[in-house]
Amino acid sequence: MTSVSITGVTKSFGATRAVDDVTLHVPHGSFTTVLGPSGCGKTTLLRLIAGFLLPESGNIAFGDTTVAGDGVRPVAPQARRVGYVPQEGALFPHLDVAANIAFGLPREARGGGRGRDRVAEMLDLVELPADFRDRRPDELSGGQQQRVALARSLAPQPAVVLLDEPFSSLDASLRGSTARAVRRALEATNTTALLVTHDQNEALSLADQVAVMRAGRLVQSAPPSEVYLSPTDPQVAEFVGRAVVLPGTATDARATCALGEVVLTEPTTGPVALMIRPEQVFVDLAHDEGVRGTVEEVSYYGHDCAVQVRLDEGTSVLARMAGVRHPGPGDVVHLRVTGLVRAYHPAGAE
Amino acid sequence: MALLALVPLFYVATYVVIIGPVDLWHLLARPRIAELLRNTVTLATACMAATAVLGVALAVLVERTDLPGRRLWHGLLVAPLAVPAFVNGYAWVSLDRSVHGFSGAFTVVTLSYYPLVYLPVVAMLRRLDPALEESSWSLGHSRARTFRTVVLPQLRPAVLGGALLVGLHLLAEFGALSLLRFPTFTTAIYDQYGSTFNGAAATAMAGVLVLLCLVLLLAELRLRGNRRYARLGRGAARHAVPLTLGPWRWPALAAAGTVVALAIGVPAYSLVRWLLVGTSTEFPLAELAEALGATVVLALAGAVVTTLAAIPVVWLAVRHRGWASTVIERSTYIANALPGIVVGLALVVASLRLVPGVYQTAALLVAAYVILFLPRAVVTVRAGLEQAPTVLDDVAHSLGTGPLATARRVTLPLIAPSLGAGAALVFLAISTELTATLMLSPIGTSTLATEFWSASSELRYGAAAPYALLLVLVSIPATVLLMRTDSPANQTERIPA
Repeated sequence: MTSVSITGVTKSFGATRAVDDVTLHVPHGSFTTVLGPSGCGKTTLLRLIAGFLLPESGNIAFGDTTVAGDGVRPVAPQARRVGYVPQEGALFPHLDVAANIAFGLPREARGGGRGRDRVAEMLDLVELPADFRDRRPDELSGGQQQRVALARSLAPQPAVVLLDEPFSSLDASLRGSTARAVRRALEATNTTALLVTHDQNEALSLADQVAVMRAGRLVQSAPPSEVYLSPTDPQVAEFVGRAVVLPGTATDARATCALGEVVLTEPTTGPVALMIRPEQVFVDLAHDEGVRGTVEEVSYYGHDCAVQVRLDEGTSVLARMAGVRHPGPGDVVHLRVTGLVRAYHPAGAE
Repeated sequence: MALLALVPLFYVATYVVIIGPVDLWHLLARPRIAELLRNTVTLATACMAATAVLGVALAVLVERTDLPGRRLWHGLLVAPLAVPAFVNGYAWVSLDRSVHGFSGAFTVVTLSYYPLVYLPVVAMLRRLDPALEESSWSLGHSRARTFRTVVLPQLRPAVLGGALLVGLHLLAEFGALSLLRFPTFTTAIYDQYGSTFNGAAATAMAGVLVLLCLVLLLAELRLRGNRRYARLGRGAARHAVPLTLGPWRWPALAAAGTVVALAIGVPAYSLVRWLLVGTSTEFPLAELAEALGATVVLALAGAVVTTLAAIPVVWLAVRHRGWASTVIERSTYIANALPGIVVGLALVVASLRLVPGVYQTAALLVAAYVILFLPRAVVTVRAGLEQAPTVLDDVAHSLGTGPLATARRVTLPLIAPSLGAGAALVFLAISTELTATLMLSPIGTSTLATEFWSASSELRYGAAAPYALLLVLVSIPATVLLMRTDSPANQTERIPA
């Protein structure tokens, strides 16, 4: 197992710069998710690490070994010891589960007792029954195929595992359980892993580190809670979960905006953009304390609900509250902000 | 390989340039050419219209009504594809000498080729989402109006594509039309070549024939380019509820029965009759075995070479997409529009002028087969390679497997079935190829087709019968492949032997 260091890597396709001067460190044994919208360059970054593409500039190193970079002869994909799990698994359709898992083992280890033991060990690791070994890929569900694909990538004990939106084709219920099984398997083997996804929930819930990409550039790389609570700019805030961004005026540790006075994470002064998470907006149904508004729309999810409120002064604000008791459209409510609020200066810098 | 496929086209084009417009006009502006053009165009138009009507009517009857024994009828209605058109022509002429000229050619060609419309229409009817028709009914439209306004427009690409295939087959048809004494460009080119070896006149006519074929091919490409998928939505497909025929089932059965009787019954009866009672019937087992052996050896060699030739073309087209690979792939398809007679003529002239040593060798004949049947192999192998996405190679590389080992352990096992299917299709097509084989087979080499032709053109119908039977038998597997309407083999049938 090893760490992955990407330094100033750039890759273009024609006039489009798919990956633009990206620098990222994935520590040994950690799980990093690369989060970004479609077309932001995250899959290209993964393919550069795997060796399927070569960077125009910059370096990629596994531990102390540079596998691609300026003035370095690139290491071929088959020599990088990378486990690659693409979308929908891409199991070899002509091989059964056991042969798929054993595919990357040395020839002498594929057959016989050693091969059988390794396959059984891998099936156990990804929480699949041992009798799945003789099944064909088309006899497996989507989640089972993904688990076999992970087992196949882990069997040769790779230096790093790369997962390219592996859960995107699964339905919601399967996605969660498969993702957790994959996380446990990677933890058990202490494997360095990098997963690309456009799903914020997946990125936040699985990772030790979240790297957010936008238009080819890496805009933030931090633990999940930091990315969520302290996004680097309002665009990241709006991409990682829902956000209410309001203009305001800051004076030291406080600022005023359409939702009244709020307390800032860090003191600043002057006109700012304030990022408030919807769950920070408290909807008071009983008292008239706070800023008055009228409920326009309620989206009910069971455990919670999203309430869109039009303030009397005209601004529309999203609030999230428990689903136990909630207002209906047309109800008059009072809103106030709880917790600390992050402020950005108009140029994006605090 | 693409260059080889273009040899016939180069030949015709070069010839036209060399001869110049004055001489070309002199060769073409003759009453004989006008008659051939009229014959060819009239027969092609009439047969395309007739096969379109017959194909759609029979497909609707089998797919959308409660006609008793629909599965059986489907098999019987596709069966004419197992009888090469020249064998069908022989069957009719040998039974009744009055079957000839336009009416004879029209009857035999229509009965031989209507499945080329019937099959794609059946496939399209199966794929059509019944929800389209149900929506139309719910909007107050009758079944007849729904069929006219909803179903027929969806069938249009299948019908027109099928009819254009009939046109291309007909332009290339030599054996049947020659036996039925209805001269078209193809038969006239062969006559010129065979009787006087009049290269100039034959090539000038070949030029006109190629033009006619290209017009049809371009029309087909244009139509295919515009085709929209009939099923747009996801989810399980349902079958449409069949129309209850009630008392109309008797006339419907009679109509389907008549088509089957004429298309299958007549050739079967004729063959059996000549086999059993024909005065000239012989069973020269040694000669039959020799012809069968030569056919199998040539077809095997042609199938292997053609399939191997298809691999690099397909590899470039699928794995290295770009304008160059597209041009290479498309240029092999031009052979779709080149009848066997043109390919044969081009290779005769090209070999005599450029490499006289290969004239009348098996190698030249195999080269002709490669040109004629490369499109079938390319389409089939391509379907296979597209089932082996590059992500599997990526995964294999990430697991430590190099390019050669990946080809051996991943790609080849995945495309092996399509390589086999492509080779089988080419093998069967070569087994029943007549025109190019007649022109190019080495002296002393007899195949089933050439032996059949030698006997039937000399009116020794009984002697031709055993060869005809063997030709039908080797055509059956390809027909079974075509009956599976979802198989890629469906799209490979382009132009006849």
